[in-house]
Amino acid sequence: MSLKRKDFLGLYDVSKEEINEILDTAVAMKDILTRTVKKVPTLRGKTVINLFYEPSTRTKFSFNLAAKRLSADVMSISKSSSSIAKGESLLDTAKTMEVMGADVVVIRHSAPGAAKFLAENISASVLNAGDGAHAHPTQALLDIYSIKEKLGQIAGLKVLIVGDIAHSRVARSNIWGLNKLGAEVAVAGPQTLIPREIEKMGVKVYSDLDRALENVDVVNILRIQMERQESGLFPSIREYREIYGMNAERLERIGKKAMIMHPGPMNRGIEIESSVADSSQSVITEQVKNGVAIRMALLYLLAGREIDNENLN
Amino acid sequence: MDKSEMKIKKELIDSAAMGRAITRIAHEILEKNKGTADLVLIGIRTRGVPLAERLAAKIEEIEGIKLPTGILDITLYRDDLSTVAQQPIVHRTEIPFDITGKKVVLVDDVLYTGRTVRAALDALIDLGRPLQIQLAIMIDRGHRELPIRADFVGKNLPTSKDEVVDVNFKEIDEKDAVLLLEKT
Repeated sequence: MSLKRKDFLGLYDVSKEEINEILDTAVAMKDILTRTVKKVPTLRGKTVINLFYEPSTRTKFSFNLAAKRLSADVMSISKSSSSIAKGESLLDTAKTMEVMGADVVVIRHSAPGAAKFLAENISASVLNAGDGAHAHPTQALLDIYSIKEKLGQIAGLKVLIVGDIAHSRVARSNIWGLNKLGAEVAVAGPQTLIPREIEKMGVKVYSDLDRALENVDVVNILRIQMERQESGLFPSIREYREIYGMNAERLERIGKKAMIMHPGPMNRGIEIESSVADSSQSVITEQVKNGVAIRMALLYLLAGREIDNENLN
Repeated sequence: MDKSEMKIKKELIDSAAMGRAITRIAHEILEKNKGTADLVLIGIRTRGVPLAERLAAKIEEIEGIKLPTGILDITLYRDDLSTVAQQPIVHRTEIPFDITGKKVVLVDDVLYTGRTVRAALDALIDLGRPLQIQLAIMIDRGHRELPIRADFVGKNLPTSKDEVVDVNFKEIDEKDAVLLLEKT
């Protein structure tokens, strides 16, 4: 069993077996990150292009590092410092990259479907690093990996995602992935930030965080974006913190076994209190490390397609 | 080559002969290294692993000392990754000790083209700087494509390139045996 696809666009059309293969591969990749020589020659001669149409620090850095750890050549292009700023279309930019020898194009774009559009129009592998509010599969995979690493399994776990579900590609991708692996997923947040009919994705919906926290194994806290308050989707930062903020008291109530996650960057003191972020139950820094391992696994699995398999002895 | 499409042509070595070969290799390792000082055994996945464990058990029987043993996965170091259809599955390398300054005996079941051993040497050197690397194998079937030779050999078996030498260990397979397979 191996990943048999040109592109990796989201967890919605990926099988449970494929997810498990990525997670298993990431275990070996993470070992490399702890060695003295943190590099393997696996993707020598391959070229990875990071095409970032949206600001990103950790995802871009993480993909960069993942490609370098595997010995691929990697180039990063951001919107402001390239011909994109001169008005070149997404497709023209990507075609240019392809002609220059890109094997994998990693794309971050504000438009949902941008990765899929690219995948259909270029022959290089396309890896979705976040497209609008649609999908962010590598974030979900690193979240799932972090849960599995700490709790040993996914099936049967109760996972709660708290915050702005409506604008969150991280939430959507987590729901797709976790459901496939047999977790029970719930979401909690202000009704204005919960998309209508989200139940159809197979999740429970809570507006009362304290009820949602009962018997929970994992709490994944999303970043609250300040501009949402300005557009009137919730009354005030202070009120959000009171009602949906993860604080020390709530942490104590969920018990020592439950784990805390946040995809970053955090608003300390708003959706998450510092004492929660830095608690022993928090895996927030480990998530960052696991992100590199997951992206290495995906780059490895996507870079090898076509041609025939032969035994070597 | 897919073993399910092959038939058994001949049993080359039975379980008793395999046991004797392992005993002899264990003695040879001890003789060459004048004992067990700084010696470690590292098996290449998959079937180098049970062989390394058998050698460690035999050496313990002889010398009363349990050598550190590790597992090496060479997948990320293969030289044919750009030509295979699907990326082979990557497993973990499990070497819970520092190999720097050690005499490493690398263990595999079959020595054929030498490409696996080349990959293993690169993988080991990324983990540390061993004093020496020696090579122990059950079957040397010839057809080398790289300048590599084994220090300890269970048996030399000249084969044709159409055949497959299948070393079985009861830990993984049904029983201990070395089989010669050919295409059906």
